[in-house]
Amino acid sequence: MSWLTNFVRPRIRALVRKDNGGNNLWHKCPACERMIFHRDLDAANAVCPHCDHHMPIKPARRLALLLDEGGWERVEVPAVPVDPLRFRDRKRYGDRLKEAQTETEEKDAVIVVQGRLDGRPVVVAAFNFGFIGGSMGIAVGEAILAAANRAVTQRAPLIVITASGGARMQEGALSLMQMPRTTIAVDQVKAAGLPYIVVMTHPTTGGVTASFAMLGDIAMAEPGAIIGFAGARVIEETIGQALPKGFQRAEYLLDHGMLDMVVHRRDLRDRLIRVLGLLTAGRRAEGAPATAMAALPAPASA
Amino acid sequence: MQTYLDFEKPVAELEGKIEELRHVSDGSGVNIVEEVDRLKAKADRLLRSTYAKLTPWQKAQVARHPERPHFSDVVKAVVEDFTPLAGDRRFAEDVALAGGLGRVGGRAVMLIGHEKGSDTEGRVRHNFGMARPEGYRKAMRLMRLAERFGLPVVSLVDTPGAFPGIDAEERGQAEAIARCIQTGLSLRVPFVAAIVGEGGSGGAIALATADRVIMFEHAIYSVISPEGCASILWRDGAHAAEAAEALKLTAQDLQRLGLIDRIVPEPLGGAQRDPAAAAKSLAQAIGAALAELDGLAPDDLVARRGEKFLAMGRTGLG
Ligand SMILES: [Zn+2]
Repeated sequence: MSWLTNFVRPRIRALVRKDNGGNNLWHKCPACERMIFHRDLDAANAVCPHCDHHMPIKPARRLALLLDEGGWERVEVPAVPVDPLRFRDRKRYGDRLKEAQTETEEKDAVIVVQGRLDGRPVVVAAFNFGFIGGSMGIAVGEAILAAANRAVTQRAPLIVITASGGARMQEGALSLMQMPRTTIAVDQVKAAGLPYIVVMTHPTTGGVTASFAMLGDIAMAEPGAIIGFAGARVIEETIGQALPKGFQRAEYLLDHGMLDMVVHRRDLRDRLIRVLGLLTAGRRAEGAPATAMAALPAPASA
Repeated sequence: MQTYLDFEKPVAELEGKIEELRHVSDGSGVNIVEEVDRLKAKADRLLRSTYAKLTPWQKAQVARHPERPHFSDVVKAVVEDFTPLAGDRRFAEDVALAGGLGRVGGRAVMLIGHEKGSDTEGRVRHNFGMARPEGYRKAMRLMRLAERFGLPVVSLVDTPGAFPGIDAEERGQAEAIARCIQTGLSLRVPFVAAIVGEGGSGGAIALATADRVIMFEHAIYSVISPEGCASILWRDGAHAAEAAEALKLTAQDLQRLGLIDRIVPEPLGGAQRDPAAAAKSLAQAIGAALAELDGLAPDDLVARRGEKFLAMGRTGLG
């Protein structure tokens, strides 16, 4: 990194802060704590230019990064019962939902689109960690089911990009039942002979990991992502000892045989294209109709 | 000696009095049979009224009662020819998750289930019923074995949850649970799951993707423990009773939500007061559930099981 980015800009940031309080021109990397100019961060798709720390990005941005330009279509997710348990803790779940909806302008934590990846039709389900921690309730289950259904009917591969704290506990056992329901969903894709690829981003834990996320034909993760079943704090409290360095990080899971690869965000699109190309080069893919995306507009870049 | 829960104190006092009277009568020869009977009737009435209106948090305590029948107690009481089977053939034998062949009501089945242990030493050995990945991988192996020989699978769910440990994470706890769910859903033989005590989260659903899910009257089944939920959402574990209420984790709530199929009656005052009778009640319900699945073709079983889980949350809420 240059002297300019490492030294001068943080200095400027400090000056700016003194002068007029908060502004959004500079970001502090939560990993290396160095300052990043907002345009640099944006250009690097929220990956720290100093240390490669991958910061969260919104699903829309993620999809723009992965898919061919233009020609996407949102896949409708069926409406679900709102707050089926009338759950209330310190706050009403109904109010939490409304707030998250207002903030994200989405109905729930997963959006589903059909688009193209290097010209190839794909269905992508992307989690928004900003929506109640990407937690999985009935709506997320229905989104994964809708994505799987679209993949099967269009004979397109399914890509799921996870970022979730686990089950939506405000939906009680109904959220627990999303584990079998989403498993059924991805099994339908597999039964149809279509690739099912999971890209795990920070963090992917709990019931999401222990269901469809760990069932990918290919399991990818972004560098440094926390991936696991139990939370680190719970484990520490249970066993009363410190956790090993890098515990539950993507690289740790790779070492322990739980992932195929850890992929830098800038390489993700190319890696997906290559993997899908290879997976579908076999016998099964030959029978698949090539006209599945006929209803969609052609990619703008074509 | 009976272990009394906090809310059972009035019952404990009455039963203590009865014991005292019996003791006195032994030595003095005074006839106090009538008085004992009167107190016993009173204690029963008290138990009945207490257990008829247990709060969800009280049910959580009953579900975790140390004297409730665990896997091995049920096996002793109602399973003939039980033949334990061990190991996942990959890493280890996990005694937190028991399994084996046996006969329930004359019918040969594959039994799998969490084992919590019955005394301090046993609880530690069985890791309090918290299985590691090898436990779930053993369960999968036994399910597939059952399938190969056309034997129904019966699971007994009783766990605080999957073990939160470094080793468990290293060996892929999440993947093991996911595959176990997948295996259960795809089984081409009848599958009955019974929630007998504590149905804790992912560790429970791993064994409960069944054609029929039955549940003891005072068992609980939840996405998270009331304490865990309280410490996250209320930021204070002391709100566990409120969390238990909000989570709708009782058999009665879950039946209303369409998530379980049948409630299995427990003896008066809970399964812990008469584990053998509770096991009989359970065996009867398992037999009835298996009978409902008789004659279904493997394809139908798998399809109906899938439809049943897909329907959850879509219909019948409220
Ligand atoms: Zn950094």
